[in-house]
Amino acid sequence: MASLSSYRRQQWAIVAIALVYLAVALLVPSSYYQLIIAQVVLWATLGAAWNILSGYSGLVSFGHAVFWGLGAYTVALGMVFFNISPWFGIPLGVVVGVTAAAIIGRITFRLTGHYFALAMLAYPLSILYLFEWMGFQEVSLPIKRENPFAYMQFQDPRVYCVLALVLLTACLFVSLRVEHSRFGMSLLAIKQNERAAEASGINTLKWKMLAIMLSGGFSAAAGGLYAVLLLIVTPPSVFGVAVSSLALIVTLFGGIGSIWGPVIGASILIPLAEVLHGEFGDKVPGIQGVVYGLAIIATILFAQQGVYWRLRDYVRSRRGAAPSEAAVELNAATTAPVIPLPVGKGAGKVPADAEPMLQLSGVSRRFGGLLALNEVSLKVYRGTIHGVIGPNGAGKTTLFNTINGFLDPSAGSIRFEGREIVGLRPDQLCKLGIGRTFQIVRPFARMSVLENIIIGSYVNTTSDAEAEERAWEAIHRVGLTKVANVAAGNLTTKQLRLMELARALAPRPKLLLLDETLAGLAEAELDDILNVVRQLCDQGVTVVIIEHTMHAMARLAHHFTVLDHGSVIADGAPQQVLADPRVIEAYLGKRWVERAAHTGT
Amino acid sequence: MELGIFLEDAAQALATGILVGGAYALMCVGLGIIFGSMRVINFAQGDFMMLGMYATYYLATSALVGLFGLYAGPAVAALLSGPILFAFGWILHKTMISRVTGARVADMDGGGGYAQLILTLGIGLVLQNGGLILFGSTPIAVLTPLSRQSWEVGTVLLNQARVVAFVAAVAIAACVNIFLTYSRTGRGLRAAADNPVAATYMGVDVTKAHRIAFSLGVAVTAVAGGLLASSQSFQPYIGIDFVIVMYAGVVLGGLGSIMGAFWGGLTIGLVQQLSTLFLPYQLQNTTIFLVFLLIIFFWPQGMFGRVSERT
Repeated sequence: MASLSSYRRQQWAIVAIALVYLAVALLVPSSYYQLIIAQVVLWATLGAAWNILSGYSGLVSFGHAVFWGLGAYTVALGMVFFNISPWFGIPLGVVVGVTAAAIIGRITFRLTGHYFALAMLAYPLSILYLFEWMGFQEVSLPIKRENPFAYMQFQDPRVYCVLALVLLTACLFVSLRVEHSRFGMSLLAIKQNERAAEASGINTLKWKMLAIMLSGGFSAAAGGLYAVLLLIVTPPSVFGVAVSSLALIVTLFGGIGSIWGPVIGASILIPLAEVLHGEFGDKVPGIQGVVYGLAIIATILFAQQGVYWRLRDYVRSRRGAAPSEAAVELNAATTAPVIPLPVGKGAGKVPADAEPMLQLSGVSRRFGGLLALNEVSLKVYRGTIHGVIGPNGAGKTTLFNTINGFLDPSAGSIRFEGREIVGLRPDQLCKLGIGRTFQIVRPFARMSVLENIIIGSYVNTTSDAEAEERAWEAIHRVGLTKVANVAAGNLTTKQLRLMELARALAPRPKLLLLDETLAGLAEAELDDILNVVRQLCDQGVTVVIIEHTMHAMARLAHHFTVLDHGSVIADGAPQQVLADPRVIEAYLGKRWVERAAHTGT
Repeated sequence: MELGIFLEDAAQALATGILVGGAYALMCVGLGIIFGSMRVINFAQGDFMMLGMYATYYLATSALVGLFGLYAGPAVAALLSGPILFAFGWILHKTMISRVTGARVADMDGGGGYAQLILTLGIGLVLQNGGLILFGSTPIAVLTPLSRQSWEVGTVLLNQARVVAFVAAVAIAACVNIFLTYSRTGRGLRAAADNPVAATYMGVDVTKAHRIAFSLGVAVTAVAGGLLASSQSFQPYIGIDFVIVMYAGVVLGGLGSIMGAFWGGLTIGLVQQLSTLFLPYQLQNTTIFLVFLLIIFFWPQGMFGRVSERT
């Protein structure tokens, strides 16, 4: 979460940008250039609207033309058939756009990745043919000579520039507000790792729906004003792929995930393409499309993040805040006080009076023909560290996914503190007190450790200040205090693991599921993490930890459950489980067991 | 007798659907090869098809193919567009696509998946508009005497150009399938598709395998476009509609299955023609888009797809 002063600064920057546009619009000599400026501002608005959904949440929409086109056609058809002035037509278009966004979002957010992209591409194209078939191939806005102002028709194109600027400024202010709130943070969390966001208690569908509706509304408003500006609307010009493409091209070129990106992109690309079209359009008719295509190809190949981020990184490196120096300093900072662990001896027995906090009975999970979990039953006692071990593919992560609600079990029951939790969503389970970490740590590289963790602490907090307080608490608990304001991209593997742990701790879970938290760490680093986990347990957090290496676990856990091919093959105290021949077989193969039997070791 | 007329229309739509579906099927096989081996969504595939159509047009009107006569000429021209577009695909992959696929992808924002989509979208934009500059916007078709002749089977008219295109499409699809199943190169492609990392350890050059797959996919789709060009007029912007047609076919068949892509494409051709029995002609494409949406929502594994694990 950026500081208040930077928020203020960016608000002033938006005003400054609007004033610069206004000055340019007033100064350029001909109405031709003034019209180009109005278009630049409208495309920047579409880009900024696209950015609210796709830039922050990472769900790239290839179909924003659907909102733009609906806005444009609402204005045009409203004026032609019902004599509705664009002053009312544009707000009406916004209502249509938001409604369409709600419907599209509700349907399409069920899809992920490739399917989401393709479905979004298909919507505007379907509507394009529908509108052609309905006879709206070319709709002209009637000229109202008697009362032009009431119908938003002005002699001076600079008035359109002003109207477009009002829209763009509104969109940028809203974007800024989104960026600096838990809304924006939640979208960023979804972009980074939707699963992790859900597990951190974020209701991902809710935020995505809000984002697409906001995005659709602004796109429709810009499309409506575009219809007023050009006075003629055709299905290909407002629903075509070119519109959807332009939304993402100006944003990606300028800088995705930043409110300045669409402004920069539109300011460079639209005038360039329009001027080239004006100069050479008669000889080379598709020159604009070529410019846009080349711009986006160049962006992808040479500057993935776009102009804005490139410039920002360059400026920061010039200022001397080289990340490498910070990293050196970081490595010197120790993370947790190292208390030597009793080596070789288990962490101790499960207390006799412990009650089961989590109880799985007969949990099975099937993927097609594969039985990933086969009638798994286990009890996790309050205040213990419970190790789940097993070879690769044993079903350990699937087990976690069924416990924290990513997957519904095909059969069986899961009770948490006596309550049946099968069927609850991950964010609901997080609110009940089940936190988890993931095998693959994917931090927001550009955000600080504190910001990364704040995302996790939005759950069960009402104010942003409280969320920050809880984030600090979690940071202290894992011992990352010294690096709290360092960008996550500069952390070591161990520090990243601790950060992941802190993120899961921020909502103050009662039960913590740790998925291979020790993987990829050097022997010396292991102890630091083990210490933190033990301290958490001492502070009353119940821990279930997945590992496939056993020796570290033997020192940590009170209780072992061993999975192999989806079934529990052993369950009990660590020493007892490690001596079980079935466990040795699962890990080392049958031959090893036979040899061990022969040699008597 | 209204029912009689409807049945005649239905039989005609069925026959036309199967014939058109042949070219669609081949087109989908091309896309299926690319998607199946590289897992790349390629928005420019429709524009490669468009290039195949123009290549066929220029070859068919050149003296070279005049040698093969008016009947075989266009089909030969369509075939010859294959190698041209193969080379084009090879260059594109070498210079651009390979930079956002394969091993480099992992460290990109969002796993690189969207980088590929956006890159191919950009390539598509350049091809469409570059096509407009080079070829003009007037719709054209590869006209042959066959385009205007039909065989009569009962009351059903079989357009001869479409029959030739259908036979050629099925033959080429069969050859491609045999090549991918039995040849050494084909096996390498499938290994690289199944598990790129393991394939690397087994000595398969995954980047090269992807390059072959990409170029082959582009070429096959281009040939399909060339075959279609004798019964369908086209202009530089025709590609985008066919992107959805192709993905509808490939997804319906089951992502990753070449056979599936073939049957999926054929089915989409059928659906498109049969829809004209009930719906106005202009809504053909809207119908396909809706069918496509229904498939991805309710039957994403398709006819021959494997159940993919979800984590």
